[in-house]
Amino acid sequence: MPDRPAIWNFLLGRLSLSSLPLDNMIVVWTFVAVALGGGVVLGAITYYRQWGYLWNEWFTSVDHKKLGVMYMVLGTVMLFRGFADALLMRSQQAVAFGSNMGFLPPHHYDQIFTAHGAIMIFFVAMPYIAGFMNFVMPLQIGARDVAFPFLNNFSFWLTVSGVVLFMTSLFIGDFSHAGWLGMPPVSELQQSPGPGVDYYIWGLQLSGLGTLLTGINFVVTVIKMRAPGMTLMKMPMFTWTTLCTSGLIVVTFPILTATLFLLSLDRYIGTHFFTNGFGGNVMMYINLIWVWGHPEVYILILPMFGLYSEIVPTFSGKRLFGYSSMVYATASIMLLSYLVWLHHFFTMGSGADVNSFFALTTMMISIPTGVKIFNWLFTMYRGRVRFDVPMLWTMGFLFTFTIGGMTGVMLAVAPADFLLHNSLFLVAHFHNVIIGGVVFGVFAGINYWFPKAFGFRLDEFWGKLSFWFWQVGFWVAFGPLYVLGLMGVTRRLSHFTDPSLQIWFVIAAFGALLILLGILSFVMQIFVSIRRRDALAVGNDPWGGRTLEWSTSSPPPPYNFAFIPNVHERDAWTDMKKHGYQRPLEGFNAIHMPRNTGAGVLLAGLGTIFGFAMVWYIWWLAVVSFVALIACAIAHTFNYDRDTHISAQEVAQFEQHTGNWEPKAQGATA
Amino acid sequence: MNTIAVDTVHSEPRTFLCREEAHPHNGTLLGFWLYLMSDCFIFAALFACNAVLGTSYAGGPSAHDVFDLPGLAVNTALLLVSSVTFGFAMLEMARQRKRAVLGWLAVSGLLAACFVALEIHEFVTMIAEGAGPGRSAFLSSFFTLVGTHGLHVTVGVLWLIVLMVQLGKHGFTEANRRRLLCLSMFWHFLDLVWVGVFSYVYLVGVLR
Repeated sequence: MPDRPAIWNFLLGRLSLSSLPLDNMIVVWTFVAVALGGGVVLGAITYYRQWGYLWNEWFTSVDHKKLGVMYMVLGTVMLFRGFADALLMRSQQAVAFGSNMGFLPPHHYDQIFTAHGAIMIFFVAMPYIAGFMNFVMPLQIGARDVAFPFLNNFSFWLTVSGVVLFMTSLFIGDFSHAGWLGMPPVSELQQSPGPGVDYYIWGLQLSGLGTLLTGINFVVTVIKMRAPGMTLMKMPMFTWTTLCTSGLIVVTFPILTATLFLLSLDRYIGTHFFTNGFGGNVMMYINLIWVWGHPEVYILILPMFGLYSEIVPTFSGKRLFGYSSMVYATASIMLLSYLVWLHHFFTMGSGADVNSFFALTTMMISIPTGVKIFNWLFTMYRGRVRFDVPMLWTMGFLFTFTIGGMTGVMLAVAPADFLLHNSLFLVAHFHNVIIGGVVFGVFAGINYWFPKAFGFRLDEFWGKLSFWFWQVGFWVAFGPLYVLGLMGVTRRLSHFTDPSLQIWFVIAAFGALLILLGILSFVMQIFVSIRRRDALAVGNDPWGGRTLEWSTSSPPPPYNFAFIPNVHERDAWTDMKKHGYQRPLEGFNAIHMPRNTGAGVLLAGLGTIFGFAMVWYIWWLAVVSFVALIACAIAHTFNYDRDTHISAQEVAQFEQHTGNWEPKAQGATA
Repeated sequence: MNTIAVDTVHSEPRTFLCREEAHPHNGTLLGFWLYLMSDCFIFAALFACNAVLGTSYAGGPSAHDVFDLPGLAVNTALLLVSSVTFGFAMLEMARQRKRAVLGWLAVSGLLAACFVALEIHEFVTMIAEGAGPGRSAFLSSFFTLVGTHGLHVTVGVLWLIVLMVQLGKHGFTEANRRRLLCLSMFWHFLDLVWVGVFSYVYLVGVLR
């Protein structure tokens, strides 16, 4: 506690002026830039009187499509943050050789790699997949919304709570320096007495709860709300992967919650779960966190596999090759992902038998994954492949991810892992699969479904530029890390002594610059496309899609479908088109819809305050906000009137306006 | 359902739209089941910690020294009986008898509150004897697992009170019946977890 009158310690806990990182010029200038940028955005919203619109139409919305879009925006904003961290690391490592200590002191560097990892996984990749699942899955199964629309809104705002705590740590206090998984004993109170690890814990607890609720919500949605006729084996592949990923979320995120809860008990009330003394067991944490952590990477990649399985058939003009094997492969990966966690620490010393078991299960995962790769290739084989931007990203994925998968099998060989463990080879491997698999998938998906969400295509030129910069940039940035890793360079170092290594780090930094150009091209792509939206306008089915989301308007109406579709075959929309389906323009019914609510914003806001109070030991505020949180949650249950109706006239008006609308200018490619 | 499209490819016509408003099944009970299963994984992690750390006494008291098995018997009986009385409440709900439901709910809530009170008493006694959660990894895992269960029971009691108010106000509406079913599952789930706690943490604990 700071040295000052007791009343201040009561009111502010351990928070004081010295908590502001005023001595760190990088942070100060970042703050100035963020404050200026944020001020301009907030000022513009106020000047154009858009707060009411944002609040009524977006923040309080329980519409899965709007929540999906908000998740995508959140993921993109955090991608900028996480990538800024990456640039800092790459430039530090490119210059910090010999007598040059670089521009980042070790303490700051450690926070940056921790923030980079945690943000990229929890607040970039997770919001992106939640965004896709939100926007696409209910449309694909012909539903009007998800099973629990309010929970869906609440989940989003809990994710935002986590983001707010993570971003606050940049300017008030500091962030964890214990790596993205907060490994003890470094994350214990003795080694990390500051607020950093607490920011990490509470940020992840809040957003983790949101993810768990999303998982439950989507499993129930897929099980209960599919359109008539859509049996499990007629579901689109993306819906299948959403189901599997959501199932994985339900069985793994509680483990994360429990593990971080135990770590926080160690830090707050002095228990001895993961401490070095009093019988604590550090490896218990490592085991538990990876029991969550390994399935987590499959939580990220499975929806992307689903997304590629939608894009490849669409742009090949053929149905997906080996649908059933694709489903079984997805399910096998889901199950196997729970049986491999120990390969993250073969070096723990559990002996040859245990290591062999986990090495074998790990290698086994490459079988269903290989099945998928071949299925995509066979789908393209003898198809009329169109190389639009989504397909380019998919081809980039096939090439990059396959190589990443092979280096993964190398790491799965336990004896080899004793050499490669904790090296830059590992860093190169997981970036190879996460960038090559998830990030490429995100851009493929954005280019693919953007016309559905907004009614116009994204600009091709800038899209292709972005693709090539990323594709080339990735290999220039991470190829050298494979080489360095094989030479034995370990990860998370802020300074090197051997000057012969420097050239590799310089090349890697140049690769990061290429990726920066890729990200800037993406920003330009969005900007240019919004400017040219009239010229880029497309109809409801711009790519010649095969699944139900392409059967409704672009953008879809709030109720998604005026009439719930009746499904006969796997590619339901292709089937409808083949049979000469025409959209009806009359005979509509009133539609029952959930009503918007501000409860999610309120509850998540109170959760954020609670998290902040716990980080800074402001006990009175923690108690007040926690009691308020419970009280508001209870009050919310007294509201029984949660539904509203869209009248038949409103439906008719919308349907007659947009039902079979096609753009006058050319634009539709199908 | 009506035929919307005239089939030009196949002879057999197909309907592609449901003309009547569809009413999807309410998924709350399935969703709550999934929540319970996820909660199960939280307990699984805590049980795993107890299994690994259960003999890490760090020179402090062992399970044999601190556990009061006769008190535990009373405690267990209270919780199990509350599950039975909650079952009676559900039976009365099927008969639409509001006062009987409220009565059995009150009995269940009281029994559970006594359970929590006894548990708090046990914790306070142990801490006073110097066997608090910070003494050893064994005690850390014991307090956390048993305390997490106790916290769940407390939340259950709070939920029960809120639901009694809502039941008194609105009666057996569809929403209230659904909520009561959820609470019932929650209640029995906590019982089941307690069976694991008392047989593994306490009984196996004093033996090893």
